[in-house]
Amino acid sequence: MITDKLQHLGRNTLNNVAGFGRSGLMLFGALVGKPDFRKGFPLLIKQLYVIGVLSLLIIVVSGLFIGMVLALQGYTVLVKFGAEGMLGPLVALSLLRELGPVVTALLFAGRAGSALTAEIGLMKATEQLSGMEMMAVDPLRRIIAPRFWAGVISMPLLALVFNAVGILGGHLIGVDWLGVDGGSYWSTMQANVDLYQDVLNGVIKSIVFAVIVIWIALHKGYDAIPTSEGISRATTQTVVTASLTVLGFDFILTALMFGG
Amino acid sequence: MSDIMVDIQRLSFSRGENLIYDGMSMQVRRGKVTAIMGPSGIGKTTLLKLIGGQLKPDSGHILFDGQDIPALSRAELYQARKKMSMLFQSGALFTEMSVFDNVAFPIREHTRLPESIIRLIVLMKLESVGLRGARDLMPAELSGGMARRAALARAIALDPELIMYDEPFAGQDPISMGVIVRLIKELNNALGLTSIVVSHDVTEVMSIADYVYVVAEKKVIGHGTPEQLRQDKSELVQQFLQGEADGAVPFHYRANAYEDELMESAR
Amino acid sequence: MTTRKIEILVGTFIVLAAAAFLMLALKVANAGVSGSGESYVLYAKFENIGGLKVRSPIKVGGVVVGRVASIDLDTVYYTPVVKMEINEQYSNFPETSSVAILTSGLLGEQYLGLQPGFIDETVEILADGDSIQDTRSAIVLEELIGQFLFNRGN
Repeated sequence: MITDKLQHLGRNTLNNVAGFGRSGLMLFGALVGKPDFRKGFPLLIKQLYVIGVLSLLIIVVSGLFIGMVLALQGYTVLVKFGAEGMLGPLVALSLLRELGPVVTALLFAGRAGSALTAEIGLMKATEQLSGMEMMAVDPLRRIIAPRFWAGVISMPLLALVFNAVGILGGHLIGVDWLGVDGGSYWSTMQANVDLYQDVLNGVIKSIVFAVIVIWIALHKGYDAIPTSEGISRATTQTVVTASLTVLGFDFILTALMFGG
Repeated sequence: MSDIMVDIQRLSFSRGENLIYDGMSMQVRRGKVTAIMGPSGIGKTTLLKLIGGQLKPDSGHILFDGQDIPALSRAELYQARKKMSMLFQSGALFTEMSVFDNVAFPIREHTRLPESIIRLIVLMKLESVGLRGARDLMPAELSGGMARRAALARAIALDPELIMYDEPFAGQDPISMGVIVRLIKELNNALGLTSIVVSHDVTEVMSIADYVYVVAEKKVIGHGTPEQLRQDKSELVQQFLQGEADGAVPFHYRANAYEDELMESAR
Repeated sequence: MTTRKIEILVGTFIVLAAAAFLMLALKVANAGVSGSGESYVLYAKFENIGGLKVRSPIKVGGVVVGRVASIDLDTVYYTPVVKMEINEQYSNFPETSSVAILTSGLLGEQYLGLQPGFIDETVEILADGDSIQDTRSAIVLEELIGQFLFNRGN
């Protein structure tokens, strides 16, 4: 029995290591080499549209509501200490440091990541990737690379939009509805938020998460078993693996950036 | 320039623990239609992927125009692939582009021709498969036969020297089957290219092939012109050509003795 | 969807993100005085810094003029030395200025309050790397309560 368990563990570990190796090779093949801007740029624009612009709506709506909820919850606690003047920094710091990058990454994994996995898995299943290879066009460069860069560019931008909208949402609830002084909402925020420490660290987090989510999504699609069941499993795995990895890395990054 | 376009020498290939080819050899002559026939599941598509360099054999050589495909570097392989082309069973059209853009795709990727010339080439290629009027349709709007013809137009877009057809007749109605048979023959003669047709549709293949290889049980079991093959003494070849259910290729997948397994549950 | 339309939408997306960043930088983080511009350095020694932290604001009459760059311990006297980065725009503090560790509100954060001193012919202006002599340490609540109880005892 124990040897069975050990064998199971060993096999899983080997599979994971092999999968990680394959994903590394995929990314290496896609990104290393001389880029061709003449052909690459239009493809990048197309993917920025598919990955970035189409994710904008869900990001704006979620950002607005999360900012509003933060303000509402924060206010009820802060008002007990007579410290509702600190509502601004509470909303802004929560969003900039944590919620902005993390929630954006989770939504992004669900919205764009799963779609990417399904798209690439389906291209594989219908032999479009093979066909491209036989036409002497490298699918890693033609399909994977533009999607990777579009994702890495889009996610920090989406996180910035999320943060801005969230802070406005907090203003909407805190100032316009609950009656916190508008001047102090902004001024305490300005006194407590630092461009480098908070805003830019959030952006760095977001870039790291972007690489994680997009890499997982592309690899799961590229490595999917080319059947309908295989693709559906790969899509689920993308969302689950990407979300958990993002949360894990969030802890590490938070400890490195703000823990010391 | 040698007369032989593709020369496969003592090719062995296995997938996992399954040995698929065991020391197989065959030659494809320039300018001819060579057919590879055999029962399903013997890895005919695999053979085309081996020639295209998408898979690497365990041992043996695959010479394409004098170059050993498995030994080529990545860049050399991509150069060699520009001279070959493959028609996939599913067509493998890019679903997010129109028929026109699909056919234009290889031209745009590999040349820097102006758009006006690309348009001319694409229209000529589409005309030759009879789909000039369907150029603005999306692949999802095409029937199976039309999709395969569109894919054929794309496959010949860059005037390859070798074109490989993977099961071109599978799942086609008699009319589109006839259309594709005619197209393969005409393209081969008109463009002077070399064709490899992989199929198990005996009648269609026998009608267009100049030379036929019958592959089964990991190796070539018979080869020759269609006439020679009809005279072949081999039981296996005759079973395949006549389409008999049981014979030298057994009806049953290899298994333990039937009685033993039935008795096992009774015990 | 035409290429032109896609390009316009992508352009809009990028402009929107840039606007968000500008809002975060200017309205939320107030990048104007966050030490990104030109600044000069002053030092001050304290008995006790209380809850003062790196990047705590330095205020003159409530206006932020700089931030604490680092806090170290003097290895000779074992007293904390605070390194302050003051915005170049406020460079006319005389050497008679004093600096105190204050608390914003009862529960708020601690910050450095800089009090400009008097100026006459003998007084020089503080330059980059100078120290402020007149300092007042943080008020530690426990000490305060202790003193209060002690005085009551008398």
